[in-house]
Amino acid sequence: MRSWSILLLFTGFLSFAQINKGEAGADLKPTRIYNSEGVKIASFDFNSFEPILHKNDDAIYVINFWATWCLPCVKELPYFEQINKKYKNQNVKVILVSMDMPKKVESALIPFVKKKKLESEIIHLDDPDANAWIEKVDKNWSGAIPATIIYNNKTRKFYERSFTFEELEKELSTIINK
Amino acid sequence: MKTVKIAALVLLVSIVSAFTLVKSDLGGYQIGDVATDFSLQNVDTKKVSLSDFKDAKGFIVVFTCNHCPYAKAYEERIMALDKKYKKLGYPVVAINPNNPAVQPDDSFEMMQKRAKEKGYTFPYLFDEGQKIYPQYGATKTPHVYILEKTKAGNVVRYIGAIDDNYSDEAAVKTKYVENAVDALLKNQDVPVKTTKAIGCSIKA
Repeated sequence: MRSWSILLLFTGFLSFAQINKGEAGADLKPTRIYNSEGVKIASFDFNSFEPILHKNDDAIYVINFWATWCLPCVKELPYFEQINKKYKNQNVKVILVSMDMPKKVESALIPFVKKKKLESEIIHLDDPDANAWIEKVDKNWSGAIPATIIYNNKTRKFYERSFTFEELEKELSTIINK
Repeated sequence: MKTVKIAALVLLVSIVSAFTLVKSDLGGYQIGDVATDFSLQNVDTKKVSLSDFKDAKGFIVVFTCNHCPYAKAYEERIMALDKKYKKLGYPVVAINPNNPAVQPDDSFEMMQKRAKEKGYTFPYLFDEGQKIYPQYGATKTPHVYILEKTKAGNVVRYIGAIDDNYSDEAAVKTKYVENAVDALLKNQDVPVKTTKAIGCSIKA
């Protein structure tokens, strides 16, 4: 009986601590986890999020800053999804960092993720003192979204702009083929 | 001798224009630059220029709009800034830089509606043809430029965010714009001259 409850406690702890196995945010400590309509999204402040920008493994990370209310962001989102599908087997990890306001996560972000059937990893970033961290993402970022970082352990590129699929693939290829 | 003079003049002009090009490549004003005046249509259909404000000591120019959630979050605070600082010589001048063909919520008619509903006490101008915001170098809404009126023109003294917490006014620790205007009113150096914030990219 006792071992059962310990086991239960243990698995309970695991499911709380893990976001999703294999995702970039899996080993990080979110400030909050939203869980509704069967969609789980981890929310971070900048300090707990920052390691995602500096992973030192063999993967290529494509990190897109967006929000459901941002028209140009929503427009280019399918291209990031396409990249995620097409390059998954080449160790490319697409991470969509939502800047939606906290009160909109359950009312807008999660329904959006569900409706669009997004498959890339989704992370929520909530840290209102943006002046303290925007330059830590990239010194050239004005703070406008959409914005994208593509990096691996050798190269890092930052873009404050929108992409077509072809443009995004071209930028990715400059890092893949290096 | 004359040709030398002409050659020197040509050289000077090309150097100056080269610098101007470099400047626009950097994307707009830096602190200390003289900001351009403009003549833009206000929501009451009258044209407004900075030179119309004879008694102003300077301006709180805010690139903002209707649709952006960050602009909406700051709307009341922008109204409060005008209420507090217009009588002290620093009125708010709001400019919507977005192209309504790309963002229909930011059309001139929608601007008029918004200004009326909320009772804006400041001009809310339409950057028709999206010509003024690139000169300032605004990239998003809201994006603030504080100008000080001097003999040389309207000098840029602060560029950036209104304060350090868009989502919760009660949790604001530093009011960047108020601190900057307060310093200018006391003839002091602006303590924090540039800040960054997340915002909606301008839809051109």
